[in-house]
Amino acid sequence: MRLGEIVTAGVLALLSIYMMWKSTELDIGYIRGSGPGGGAWPFWLSAIMLLCCIMIAINWARRTSPPSQSTEPVLDAEGRKMLIQVGGGLLVFIGLVGFISMYGAMMLFLFYYLWFLGRHKLWLSLLIAIGVPILFFFFFEGLMRITLPKGMSFTDPFFNVLYEIIY
Amino acid sequence: MEILQLLGHGLVLALQPINIALIIAGVTVGLFIGAMPGLGSVNGVAILLPITFLVPPDSAIIFLAAIYYGAMYGGAISSITLGIPGASTAVATTFDGRPLALKGRASLALVSAAIASFVGGTVSIILFTAFAPPLAHVALNFGPPEIFALMLLAFATFVGLGGDDIPKTILSICLGLVFAAVGFDQISGAPRLVFFDISGFLHGINFLVLAIGVYGIGEMLWTIDTTRGKITTTEAKISVAGVVADTKEYAREGWRGTTIGSFLGFFVGMLPAAGATPGSLMSYGVAKMLGKDPSSYGKGNPDGVAAPESANNSASTGAMLPMLTLGIPGSPTTAILLGGMVIWGLTPGPRLFADQPEFVWGLIGSFYVSNFFALIINLSFIPLFIWMLRMPFTILAPLIFVLSIVGGYAATNDMHDVWLMLIFGLGAFFLRKFDYPLAPAVLAIVLGPIAEPTLRQSLLLSSGDPMIFFSRPIAAVTMVCAIILILLPLFKMIYDRSRGKSAKTGNV
Amino acid sequence: MTKVMSNFAKLAGAAAIGVMGLFGTASAQDWQPTKPVDFVIMAGAGGGADQIARFLQSVSEKLDLTNRPLVPNNKGGGSGAEALIALNGASDPDHSILVTLNSFFTTPLRQQNLNIDINTFTPVAMMGVDPFVLWVHKDSGITTFEQWVEAVKAADGEYVMGGTGTGQEDSLVIGYLANELGLKIKYIPYAGGGEVAKELAGKQVMATVNNPAEARGFYQSGDVIPLVAFAAERLETFPDVPTMTELGHDFAYNNQRAVVGAPGMSEEAAAYYQNLFKTIYDSEEWQSYMTSESLAPMWLSPEEQKAYWAEQIERHKQLLSEIEG
Repeated sequence: MRLGEIVTAGVLALLSIYMMWKSTELDIGYIRGSGPGGGAWPFWLSAIMLLCCIMIAINWARRTSPPSQSTEPVLDAEGRKMLIQVGGGLLVFIGLVGFISMYGAMMLFLFYYLWFLGRHKLWLSLLIAIGVPILFFFFFEGLMRITLPKGMSFTDPFFNVLYEIIY
Repeated sequence: MEILQLLGHGLVLALQPINIALIIAGVTVGLFIGAMPGLGSVNGVAILLPITFLVPPDSAIIFLAAIYYGAMYGGAISSITLGIPGASTAVATTFDGRPLALKGRASLALVSAAIASFVGGTVSIILFTAFAPPLAHVALNFGPPEIFALMLLAFATFVGLGGDDIPKTILSICLGLVFAAVGFDQISGAPRLVFFDISGFLHGINFLVLAIGVYGIGEMLWTIDTTRGKITTTEAKISVAGVVADTKEYAREGWRGTTIGSFLGFFVGMLPAAGATPGSLMSYGVAKMLGKDPSSYGKGNPDGVAAPESANNSASTGAMLPMLTLGIPGSPTTAILLGGMVIWGLTPGPRLFADQPEFVWGLIGSFYVSNFFALIINLSFIPLFIWMLRMPFTILAPLIFVLSIVGGYAATNDMHDVWLMLIFGLGAFFLRKFDYPLAPAVLAIVLGPIAEPTLRQSLLLSSGDPMIFFSRPIAAVTMVCAIILILLPLFKMIYDRSRGKSAKTGNV
Repeated sequence: MTKVMSNFAKLAGAAAIGVMGLFGTASAQDWQPTKPVDFVIMAGAGGGADQIARFLQSVSEKLDLTNRPLVPNNKGGGSGAEALIALNGASDPDHSILVTLNSFFTTPLRQQNLNIDINTFTPVAMMGVDPFVLWVHKDSGITTFEQWVEAVKAADGEYVMGGTGTGQEDSLVIGYLANELGLKIKYIPYAGGGEVAKELAGKQVMATVNNPAEARGFYQSGDVIPLVAFAAERLETFPDVPTMTELGHDFAYNNQRAVVGAPGMSEEAAAYYQNLFKTIYDSEEWQSYMTSESLAPMWLSPEEQKAYWAEQIERHKQLLSEIEG
């Protein structure tokens, strides 16, 4: 935790510096007669963020904040496994949307989570993994008229049939 | 007297069998749309607008009002059961609604939300009936300096919200405010903070993307990590006797927040630039300040659910006021309704009350009836939502992830925002480990887009002279209140430090 | 046997003709969308452009003109840059159309790094134009344009006008006025036309150049007064309001309400949408909407639209240089 605390503060400090630099694309000063320029608001707020990061670092050096005293690891082995399994699952899910559509990716993710991580029965996992995307399709595309990503063009024939049904 | 007659006519219209059927259908659909994270009353009203061509305009208006009310009630449901605010108006509901659900008191939270919404809705409709035209002129007096002062006041009511670590709390606020500035600077007409020149940042960082990332993905990862995925779920039970007991408990604990929310929500919601979200946030902050035990808020106090919920329903009616009387929408939803009225051949504006009394009072009549049915339908669906909470965690968790991702996409129709949401979720997970409070960032991204332009517009008006905030009466009073509220805890802290340092360190 | 064979041959021939006929009619039949059409709106939800887009969509639904719905998709970010980028890179140009306003011309000019050439877009329909009018509050006592000019000069740089964001339509019209008449005006940008109208009614600003539809409510209640129309001819709704040309300044400025298709749209699809919006344009609903919202009717063929774009790009280059120079 102690190492994590300073690393987090460092990452946030880098983010503030980047945002300060990016703000300077517009005027960051106080223009006479018309108030602050377009970059002033984000620039000075990012500057305050940077100051906060420095204060967090001072607290870390003085060991006054709880995380800077803790010797626990940020993530133990179990936690790391969880993050890779769940976070990785989400990453793959979102990555697949562009290829096999939101519905296809959703189906795979649900099945992976329920069957592999949740260790539910195969029939239950399949039921939910197939049922939920179908429900979502009719709710979003049919009722709400919100189109979710359809992936690459090879999914077209499939969705065209579904569109025939709902419209 | 004439008003009552017209209102009576409106009520009779709304109580016709076909219209009651439409109200029940509208409220039910609205409830589910509102309960989906990422979808809100805007979606419901926008999508159903074309359908209204199929029914007579009177019924169309009633149907839309019913959807609007249903969605406002529904927003609380995902805040309480999933911990994800489905719309910006329901952010404050998560602060106490979620802890209550985790304590196994989800039914108390849901009952409190439903009844507080009903009371807030009713109070606001009565205020609307009695004072609509004169209040419209009050709203006109709110220019940029007044709105900015009001936003500062909204921030001030939240000073005590963050954690104990002051630099981390301030950092969180600033992060939210800077994120709010991403995209495009209206005042200079130039793109701003388009990170790494990725075009997806041009539309800014949507509130929902941050909120669903933090509360949906981040919170779920946190729960799985801390419980090792072993918890099934909270023991949430539901029975008729339980609902009666919950109602009694709500009446005992939640009356203060409900009263504050009903009135404050209406007045803030009425201002065109502000709307329902600042209204519900301020009501929560004020209820907490005036509460019997301020420290119990945020840990599962029903009053903390009652205040924002009564306020956001009250504000929704309040937001109708500038739309109908000035032709200025107070929220995106009312903006779409405004479009609907134009389609039906009505001209919203100062003349509407005089020229189209049947329409106006028919609409108000349908508010009364919709609000009543929304309460009944909401209460009858509570067992369903409780049942959802009792699903095994390994089924609920993937469903929440899927809802979060679909909701994040539906908010802006852009995959860029789904990736951003995942980054926010992972970031929130780690920041939370190091005690960074994140609620201030979520509040800041809601209030920032109103606060910054009004600040700069004010300074443009005064040629850069900050005294403009103190030379206009409404702005000056609001500013002074805000500054006192911000400085109060600071003085208290200095006082505490000088008095007894030992007591404070003993606490940590 | 031969009889059977010949019968079989006949049958096969008939079937072949039948199949060919099927394909023949299919190809002769007009192109139709196979999936919901992405109906991108170059503005956020609730503004004037959004209302028009949603009105177009609801007319199409009401008259049941399309076999797949038009799905409104608000992309107002970066003053419409987001919408232009989305259309420019549309994966399926046959199902992507855009409702535009004048930021269709100004945004690519102001944000050169977007690398968007609007001439690559497919013209679909010009649905009408929205004129601009100069408004003041009734309490100002100003009733003519000449008095207004005097008042602005007398205020010496302290005359406050409200409008939409810098670089957008309102700021261009006000920039023109300031340059043409040598006026000093303090310009306050607001988020949308409706908000601008409210600020004038609440006397937060002294004058605006709202579209008639935006200021209509307050005009009917008598709070605001029109002084001059930035149109070629007098507006039907305000027959007593002189035009800029009558006052000796040859200046007219309109906000276009047009529909364009994504670059690379097939000819068949373009023809389909051109037909669709022609039907909507001719519908009673749209015609009465234009009257009630004081839009000026203006129908242009695809070739005329291309010419109109070229003319507007030059025009906006000129106007932008006036506010920036």
